[in-house]
Amino acid sequence: MSARVGVFPLGDSAVIARFGDRIDRDVHKKVRALTRRLEQNPPPGAVEWVPAFASVTVFYDPLLVRPPRGVPPYRHMCRLVEELVEEAIRSAEGAMERPEGEDADGRLVEIPVCYGEEFGPDLEFVARHNRLTPEQVIDLHSGRDYRVYMIGFAPGFPYLGGMSERIAAPRKASPRLLVPAGSVGIAGAQTGIYPIAGPGGWQLIGRTPVALFRPAEHPPTLLRAGDRVRFVPISRSQYDRWTEGEA
Amino acid sequence: MKLRILRPGLLTTVQDLGRPGLQQYGVTAGGALDPAELRTVNGLVGNEGGEAGLEITLVGPAIRFDGDGLIAIGGADLQPEIGGEPVPLRRAVLVRSGAVLRFGRAVSGCRAYLAVAGGIDVPKVMGSRSTDLRASVGGLEGRPLREGDELSSGRLSPQAARIFRFLEKRDSGRPFTVAPWFLPDSRRRAPEAERVVRAMRGRHFEEFDAESRRAFFSRPYVVTPQSNRMGYRLDGPLLHTRRRVELVSEAVCTGTVQVPPEGRPIVLLADRQTTGGYPEIAQVAAVDLPVIAQMKPGERLRFREVAIDEAQALLMEREAGLKRLNRILAVWGQCLWEG
Repeated sequence: MSARVGVFPLGDSAVIARFGDRIDRDVHKKVRALTRRLEQNPPPGAVEWVPAFASVTVFYDPLLVRPPRGVPPYRHMCRLVEELVEEAIRSAEGAMERPEGEDADGRLVEIPVCYGEEFGPDLEFVARHNRLTPEQVIDLHSGRDYRVYMIGFAPGFPYLGGMSERIAAPRKASPRLLVPAGSVGIAGAQTGIYPIAGPGGWQLIGRTPVALFRPAEHPPTLLRAGDRVRFVPISRSQYDRWTEGEA
Repeated sequence: MKLRILRPGLLTTVQDLGRPGLQQYGVTAGGALDPAELRTVNGLVGNEGGEAGLEITLVGPAIRFDGDGLIAIGGADLQPEIGGEPVPLRRAVLVRSGAVLRFGRAVSGCRAYLAVAGGIDVPKVMGSRSTDLRASVGGLEGRPLREGDELSSGRLSPQAARIFRFLEKRDSGRPFTVAPWFLPDSRRRAPEAERVVRAMRGRHFEEFDAESRRAFFSRPYVVTPQSNRMGYRLDGPLLHTRRRVELVSEAVCTGTVQVPPEGRPIVLLADRQTTGGYPEIAQVAAVDLPVIAQMKPGERLRFREVAIDEAQALLMEREAGLKRLNRILAVWGQCLWEG
């Protein structure tokens, strides 16, 4: 099954602009370009938008859309989003022709991680699974930048693209009932960070002392879609100093 | 006025109209599951509409009022009473200090809303007073109410103050005084009656096999006990896609009907996650989301297909009704003032 590309209504209060059906850097460039346009020039009636791997969903209030006479609000909203999509595609394709612009956009956010031991009970497993030493897993995990493709699942949870296949590992057969906030894990070829405590089946390799969900701030999350992330290994004493500093 | 929780009930939370605008950060929009009813009871006590009230689920709390206040209750009928005397729904009620409001079990509907003049005064978190149970933020410490909790009401609007003074004059020394005007609830049905829920085709409708597409819009579904503020799990004809579906995660909507591989549909509600990756067979019309929110486990519903423009027209009609109601209440308020 392949998802349709284009702009479609999702019920009576949202439309989706889809650029592809896979996780892909070039597809995501278009997602980012459309998101920027929505931020700069939101269509009348648009309430919010949610960028994802290959699409942007625009939520709107049908009562606040002002369509021409005889045009239902959803059709008018599709048309307005289509115009922004055309601009976004043009600009994203332009950017792809400029190699120096490659992946340099977006903020770079460094996330300190204390790997292994009590914070990373599955680091040994991930290493054994891939015939590596725990140190090699840490080097591979922290030795590259990741793109935040989208935020979802939980407040501030980043879907990160770009993990090395050499440290991929299956989910745990039975999920943990409580994964502490800040836990850094691996599931399949993906890595992520739990912003809030909750049940979870990812292999845990470390923990960050930095809060990803910050309900008292705006925006309420450390990371946003489009950011780049770099994991920086820290020691247990650095981790403890960090959490004391936050307190 | 203060509200002292003597008994919390099954699930009583502070809710307003939620926190839209933060879904791109993974923060659920949340808010009252039946927002139209919260707005209605807010209007009855002279509030603007979006003030926080209590959402009361299936088995209700006992609440003592410290200080005189103005309240209204609507939505599900959980048999509220003060001093053994029933408190009518959808009416402004003046309660005297020391009165104890006791709810029982839901005899119709699933969620009652208690509005107080001035709204429930808890700190706003991310722009809203709604309780987000999963993220543990908002409302009172991000959790359901417990025995011994105390809540305060905010400042009365001029309209609320007028209603308050009007009822004070009619007070005959009883623990509560009921306004002579009320709003009928046109949505109330016998509990055993099957509900009709209007829905549009979902983004993956065509990927389901012919039998599933037919069954979804014609056969009844039952609300299972695995239903909560995040979503309602339904039992009925199993739904299957024609081929195996591998989807890249996208944003989901309130009212999205998604179908996990085992085939039982889930209707996503206000506290849903912001993104999902299951195939979606339908999208419930926004105007009918309260119909689902007021259903109890064991009750039956049938989905009826509507076109998007029809769903939007129905929504506009309801909105016009709510606006009309607020105008009427404002005019009454003015009359009370002059009279």
